[in-house]
Amino acid sequence: MHLMKIGRVLLGFIIGAVAGVVLLLALRLFLGMPVMAANPWPMVALATTTGLIGLMLGIEPSLGLARGLAGMVLGFALGLILVHFVRMLLGMDPVWNPEPAWVTGAILGSLGFLLGVGVVSDWLKWTDGRETPLQDGPPAGKPAWVRYFGPDQNHKVIGVQYTVTGILLLGTAGSFAMIFRTELSKAGIQFLPADLFNTFISIHGIVMIASILLGVGGLMNYLVPLMLGARDMAFPRLNSFGFWVSVPGAILIVLALFFGGWDTGWTGYAPLSVRGPLGIDFFMLGVFIFGFSSILGAVNLIATVVGMRAPGMSMFRMPIFVWASLATSLIQLTGTQLIALSFLMVVLERIFNMGFFDPASGGKVLLFQHLFWFYSHPAVYIFILPGLGIISELLPVFARKPLFGYKWIALSSMAIAIIGFLVWAHHMFTSGMSESLRVPFMYSTMLVAVPTGVKFFSWLGTMWRGKLTFPTPMLFVLTSIAVFLIGGLTGPPLATVPTDLHLHDSYYVVGHFHATMFGGFVFPFFAALYFWFPKITGRMYNERLGQVHWFFQTVGFYTMSLFMMRAGLLGMRRRIVDYDPALGVEGFQTVVTWAGWIIFFSVLIGVFNLVWSAYRGKVAEPNPWGSRSPEWQIPSPVPEHNYEEPFEVVGDPYDYGVPGSVYVKMEPEPAPSS
Amino acid sequence: MKHGMIVGAIIAVVSAAMIYWMRTIQWMPVQAASEAQSIDWLFGLHIDVITFLYVLVNGILIYSIFAFRRKKGEEDAVGANLHGNTKLEIAWTVIPLITVLFFAYLGTLVLNDISAAAADELEVKVTARQWSWSFEYPEAGVKSTELYLPVDRKVKLSMVSEDVIHSFWAPEFRVKMDTVPGITTTLRITPSREGTYKVRCAELCGTAHAAMLGTIRVVSAEEFEQWLQGKQAPTNPADLSEEELVTLGASTADAAGCLACHSVDGSKSVGPTWQGLFGAERTLADGSTVVADENYIRESILDPKAKTVAGFPDIMPTNYGETLSDLDIAALIAYIRSLK
Repeated sequence: MHLMKIGRVLLGFIIGAVAGVVLLLALRLFLGMPVMAANPWPMVALATTTGLIGLMLGIEPSLGLARGLAGMVLGFALGLILVHFVRMLLGMDPVWNPEPAWVTGAILGSLGFLLGVGVVSDWLKWTDGRETPLQDGPPAGKPAWVRYFGPDQNHKVIGVQYTVTGILLLGTAGSFAMIFRTELSKAGIQFLPADLFNTFISIHGIVMIASILLGVGGLMNYLVPLMLGARDMAFPRLNSFGFWVSVPGAILIVLALFFGGWDTGWTGYAPLSVRGPLGIDFFMLGVFIFGFSSILGAVNLIATVVGMRAPGMSMFRMPIFVWASLATSLIQLTGTQLIALSFLMVVLERIFNMGFFDPASGGKVLLFQHLFWFYSHPAVYIFILPGLGIISELLPVFARKPLFGYKWIALSSMAIAIIGFLVWAHHMFTSGMSESLRVPFMYSTMLVAVPTGVKFFSWLGTMWRGKLTFPTPMLFVLTSIAVFLIGGLTGPPLATVPTDLHLHDSYYVVGHFHATMFGGFVFPFFAALYFWFPKITGRMYNERLGQVHWFFQTVGFYTMSLFMMRAGLLGMRRRIVDYDPALGVEGFQTVVTWAGWIIFFSVLIGVFNLVWSAYRGKVAEPNPWGSRSPEWQIPSPVPEHNYEEPFEVVGDPYDYGVPGSVYVKMEPEPAPSS
Repeated sequence: MKHGMIVGAIIAVVSAAMIYWMRTIQWMPVQAASEAQSIDWLFGLHIDVITFLYVLVNGILIYSIFAFRRKKGEEDAVGANLHGNTKLEIAWTVIPLITVLFFAYLGTLVLNDISAAAADELEVKVTARQWSWSFEYPEAGVKSTELYLPVDRKVKLSMVSEDVIHSFWAPEFRVKMDTVPGITTTLRITPSREGTYKVRCAELCGTAHAAMLGTIRVVSAEEFEQWLQGKQAPTNPADLSEEELVTLGASTADAAGCLACHSVDGSKSVGPTWQGLFGAERTLADGSTVVADENYIRESILDPKAKTVAGFPDIMPTNYGETLSDLDIAALIAYIRSLK
């Protein structure tokens, strides 16, 4: 049996590779190009890709991911052919123009992916009047792991899909960072040419953002239905679509590397982006498609929170993380469209000469920045609100004490979400925009500090006079607070226009936003992973390794932040492959590089711990933390549809230490399901 | 409350010490503009408050870790049953609100102060392009690749870009402003310290963004006038020795942005290296060859598109004819000739 399996897998690879070669040769023939090209690498790349698809199908023919990738390859081919023939029919000269061909290929490729992976199958069946019962467990007759690679409808599976993909992208973006971080450790060009540097910092930025969005999606998808007492999200099929649409988006972004990269940073400012290489199109289309994940996930989350809370769970009796998720989803739902629009306009200007940002055509350069930042500022609150919610969620458990000022914390998340939409032009203080805008946006930006401060003081209030213990999740929560404090406190000098005139586009900003991102997402994300690990897997992670991960990530990151900011204050710009040694920042840059490596390895240790423990960790009890939250009152791993019976909410969530107080009244559970 | 008093005392002492210590650190580059004074003052105030809040939050955090940890034998112990405190919530909403609004107000005052026009301000036009700066003094009818400024006189920079967004920033002056295609942006600076500084492009503008530097020379009012006159009636290159020309050429190459794309040590860059260039044979993009003599180099500076070297992009700025004098060009040629 084993040998047959290996044979099938190898055969799959060979057939896939051959199919790729044939496809490329046929394409070139159709497109009127020399069938054998001087550069062998496109052939090698395609054959390897299709070979791997074949290999995956050989392992398991129903694998959604493999079918999706096959659909993507075919969609690309279709797009190339389509544009070629349209141009030919229109009598255009030259007939083959790579840019519109690849853009169409990317769009059809993404559609092909979605068709292939199977996330639109049910909806297509509905157009035909066919019934499509909701999935109930793993696909019949297939091993359980298959569901993680296909269009599964269970929110916990989707949560894991989001989280794992997010961690993969975290590693990808982190690796790019380590490449250019090593280059920057000394003045002078060591090994990285300027163009490649510009592409790598751009990819690092956008892939990190994608990673955070996926991580946020993973947390919200896994936890919110459990916290509400629901059996799943409101729209399970939409949930699956929302995850899988992020995959072709991410693939396009990474593909940009192979189509010339791009040199604008993740912010893609026109007019530089209008002139950039083909990689710009891949980057911008990738983001456009990826954005649907945010929007659709938000639709689902809001509907679930509004409509599927357990009996007795009023809004102010929800676990606080749900409030954070709700605020986050409101931003995702309404803001994402703006980055899509700004990027779409760049692509249209590139392909069809629509001069949105071209002064010679009556366009305005600054229009791009206003549209872009209208989303991209609220976006940072998408990144941090869930993490801040995790801190609020975990502190009471490890302090054995009520969450201090629950209502204020809940509403502060909403306040941040709203105010966050009113501050975008603080990214543009030096942009040459109208003078009259600078002071108002300075005031509005300063306001954001107020609800953020409420959270900090509430956390301190939660810890004060508690009975604290410090397992790994709590360690991460504590340094989340410490690191986010640095990020938050270093904001006001940027918010104040005169000081921003010096700080803007310097390494100080890089220090500031890394501190807010790590404190608001990365540290809380790991806190959450360690905390819910026993609930998700039924096993315990290794505590000692967890501490090692935490210690080095904390020390590494704290050092990195402070020295980044110091370098910026002394005049080092951001996004530069090389810096003037006369600035006196070389020493700091060397330290920052070392710190970066320490962080990188600490994360590797953490991921190793989680993966290893999932298979070999000690079997965990159902509620090792003594949490009052409903998901801890059911077996680990969580049963397929969560709760056998709906529970009833009869008290407040965080009344730890209040004698006789109950939060959720569960029906007596039968023997734990396997 | 005992805990409150202890932690309050710790915070008071530590924050005072730390605020003092932070003030001894030289965070910023030297102040070379009067604007730097008010900006640094405001920044210093920010640091004071930031330091205090840093100590406050971390102090309570760390104190809690020790004072409120669960000790051995307390496995079932719980924390105090505090749900909240409305008075405290209001206090820590209102006080930060007043503080941030106050800082925004101070920011407005400083911004108005540093943006104000002066009656006798000097007007200079700044042009940015991938990847060099050029400057024009409209009143004197002078163009230059270096920004000469008289000390203690406000200058109004009117800035344009020929291609993509760039940004004018000299850290010693603190203030910066983008240059944006299609509009003219304004930046006012009052240099207060004689010396040589670098303007560093502060908005990612393509391949050689990191190297897009220009030279600013802040000089006395007399020296500035002399320089202006010198530019209006430039020196005859024949009046300088070869050595003087080479020295001038080296600094011109730096100031005019040539070194952003041309290396002098043979290393590969955006444009061809100058090492060993003079007198060598070059293959052009159209396949023909040419010897890189004085005429070739002069033509390449004034009309880069006439002959482009194979293997390099055709992106050299085409306006050096306007900003470089005959002396500058002779000096550059001498410098290139000296690079064996």
